[in-house]
Amino acid sequence: MSILIIGAGPAGTRAAEVLVSAGLRPIVIDEAPENGGRIYQRQPAGFRRDPRTLYGFEAAKARAIHDVFDQLRPSIDFRPRTLAWNLRQGVIDTICDGKASAVPFAQTILCTGAMDRAVPLPGWTLPGVFTLGGSQIALKAQGCAIGAKVAFLGTGPLLYLVAYQYARAGAQVTAVLDTTPFAVKAAQAFGLMRGGATFAKGLYYIAWLRARGIRIAEGVTPLAIEGSDRVELVSWRDARGTNHEAAVDAVAIGFGLKPEAQLADLAGVPFDFDPVQHNWVPRKDPSGRTSVGGVFLAGDGGGIRGADLAEAAGARAAWAVLAARGLAADARAVARLDATLAAGASFRAALERAFPFPAKLAADMADETILCRCEVITAGELRAAANEALATLSPSEVNRAKALTRVGMGRCQGRVCGAAAAEVLAAALSCPAEQVGRLRGQPPVKPIPILPAEAA
Amino acid sequence: MSATSTDVLIVGGGGAGCSTALHLAKRGARCILLERGQIGGQASGVNYGGVRQQGRHPAELPLARRARDIWAKLPKLIGTDCEFEVTGHLKLARNQAEEADLIAYLDVAKANGLPLIMIGGNVIHQQYPWLGPDVVAGSFAPDDGAANPRLLSPALARAARDAGADIRQFTPVSHLAHDGTQFVVTSGEHEFRARYLVNTAGYWGGAVARAFGEQVPVSPLSPNMLVTEPLPYFIAPNLGVVGGDVYLRQIRRGNVIFGGGRGQSDPDVPSSRPSPEASAAVMAKALQLVPQLAGAQVIRSWTGIDGEMPDQIPVIGLSRTTPDLFHAFGFSGHGFQLGPAVGAIMSELVLDRHTDVPLEPFRIDRFAADQSFNQQGQRHDASHHA
Repeated sequence: MSILIIGAGPAGTRAAEVLVSAGLRPIVIDEAPENGGRIYQRQPAGFRRDPRTLYGFEAAKARAIHDVFDQLRPSIDFRPRTLAWNLRQGVIDTICDGKASAVPFAQTILCTGAMDRAVPLPGWTLPGVFTLGGSQIALKAQGCAIGAKVAFLGTGPLLYLVAYQYARAGAQVTAVLDTTPFAVKAAQAFGLMRGGATFAKGLYYIAWLRARGIRIAEGVTPLAIEGSDRVELVSWRDARGTNHEAAVDAVAIGFGLKPEAQLADLAGVPFDFDPVQHNWVPRKDPSGRTSVGGVFLAGDGGGIRGADLAEAAGARAAWAVLAARGLAADARAVARLDATLAAGASFRAALERAFPFPAKLAADMADETILCRCEVITAGELRAAANEALATLSPSEVNRAKALTRVGMGRCQGRVCGAAAAEVLAAALSCPAEQVGRLRGQPPVKPIPILPAEAA
Repeated sequence: MSATSTDVLIVGGGGAGCSTALHLAKRGARCILLERGQIGGQASGVNYGGVRQQGRHPAELPLARRARDIWAKLPKLIGTDCEFEVTGHLKLARNQAEEADLIAYLDVAKANGLPLIMIGGNVIHQQYPWLGPDVVAGSFAPDDGAANPRLLSPALARAARDAGADIRQFTPVSHLAHDGTQFVVTSGEHEFRARYLVNTAGYWGGAVARAFGEQVPVSPLSPNMLVTEPLPYFIAPNLGVVGGDVYLRQIRRGNVIFGGGRGQSDPDVPSSRPSPEASAAVMAKALQLVPQLAGAQVIRSWTGIDGEMPDQIPVIGLSRTTPDLFHAFGFSGHGFQLGPAVGAIMSELVLDRHTDVPLEPFRIDRFAADQSFNQQGQRHDASHHA
């Protein structure tokens, strides 16, 4: 029976490497046309930029992952451009170039990565607003900037990295607006130092931006993104309460990352609430094994830990798969991976505390702000339903709110608005965000086309 | 153990149970509705949303006619129309045998006062140019339509509460009995007592009946449903087919909702999930009806749990073992339209001991006796239109 790896990023690549070294031939599925994942995304055929330009400090790691994968190609069954849209007992349903398949597995390692978290703001649906990760991919994969004068708004380490990459690429970075106050980050300085090079790089990006006179504001409250047909202006309130605005033609927003864990959800893996990042994280043991037989997790899809630890987690999960198949493990390799993962965890915890999810910003969103952009539902509509629910149908939770208001019911199935919707609902019900739960996964995890019988 | 007394206990908070609570409360009866999960959490809330009379078993038509009258008055009754729209229901034939079936049903409809318009092969493609070439005829029911199933049960529950009913969610029933004087229903550490008991528990209605010595062949039914992203609006009528293997409608905001086949379920958990095989099959059938849906993106699929009877019509009426026990369950995938009327009828049975709607075909012991049900000789629609 097959081993199925979903996702050919850092975690999936290292998982495949271990399995191949044990003489197995895993199936590796990825939505993208090529391997590398979002972080080490390969450029389209015909593009000739060197890795240093594309990946900066991470060029060596990107090249290593690409090289390993290229060497693995003859020994794995690689299926790019393939969406894994459903997971049920022992089967993953996929679609590739309009052709559907049901792929059976004995074990699967879900390396499904992360996606940006957005906090809806007035004007966030205007053309010219992108997520941070999306603006980074535009640059990395296509060599495009999202605008000529760009503001970066949100929080998290990616904010400074992408601003740096844009400035290096020649875009005008108008402002970097961080919702986390400096003091919150400074309080984590000791823990962050354990990150060594990673921490140093973060400081370098900030220093580089400052040295070029790029405006960096910390502890801001975003006010609005404005424009008639597209983005023209971004406004914010600084930590001292003064309002500012800047003329821009694009805004990248991002408030940290969330695991892309829909397949784990469909598998029936239980989830836990992370009180710092306000993420729902699928439960797994340190090796990546879940309570659902045959389902393993690695990389950011099993909880945000970054690309370096994703490599270790991918390899570690592969060893766990081998153990599940009754094959011998390399005890020293496993011990090394466990040590790497444990050491990384404390830095990661400090990083998450340094850039906490701005739950209050989401909870306080103005009534007229569009919360669910697919279905065009405002925060006020959700609050009105919550007040009604409080009176009639308590206790309330996000799936009921979805049924009554359509929040999270559109094309993205709540992947974009779900986290903010939970904050708005919880605040309206005066309960912790954890209590309103999370939107249940329903297949397909991403849209699939209606197909004629012969393709199915 | 604490205890609460009332006049009527209702077990099951779907459309039938919530409308029973509403009609009882409006007439001044004290009632408590016990729902294991959330109101409308199973079949009543996750169905297709068809408000359809056409194609129903002849025995169901008087009930469906009464329900249709209530649907027209919903805003007055519960303060919302639940997005009910009279789109008409167009039932399609894909071959000569199916066309003969449509023609045979015209007499049934006529006898029950249901207006139907038969549309032949030439006219139907002029009138609905987006229909696929396999469609050979259709029968149009102008009074039928569709509504939003997610809204109906909560709105009924809200109105029932406003009228004085006690609606209790997350109150699973662990034990049911009659102590010689009244019904005693246990939920956790709490007891509910009442003279009357109404069983509107869907698939689980079978277990409620069994608690009073009535064996019913009800099985779980999980209709497989899908919805596309919004497309330009072009499909006005609610579409069905003879045999019911696909049903499809477009809402004004553009999404196409369609279903057919069955998902999987485990009613003991309870849990249910759509079936990829059923989804693939119904996609192909939907394309046969409306070829231009090819390539439209499906954004979600889902299912829930309903109770299905061997003869595809529900159990409605008096218990044969226990006085003051009333059943209304096993709607076999097409109870959504009926729900508002079922509550009115149950309130009449409880308070008046009589209703004008003939219920004989729905009696609970019809399976115990000789298999004489469904003797009308009409092929009724086994589809999972709700």
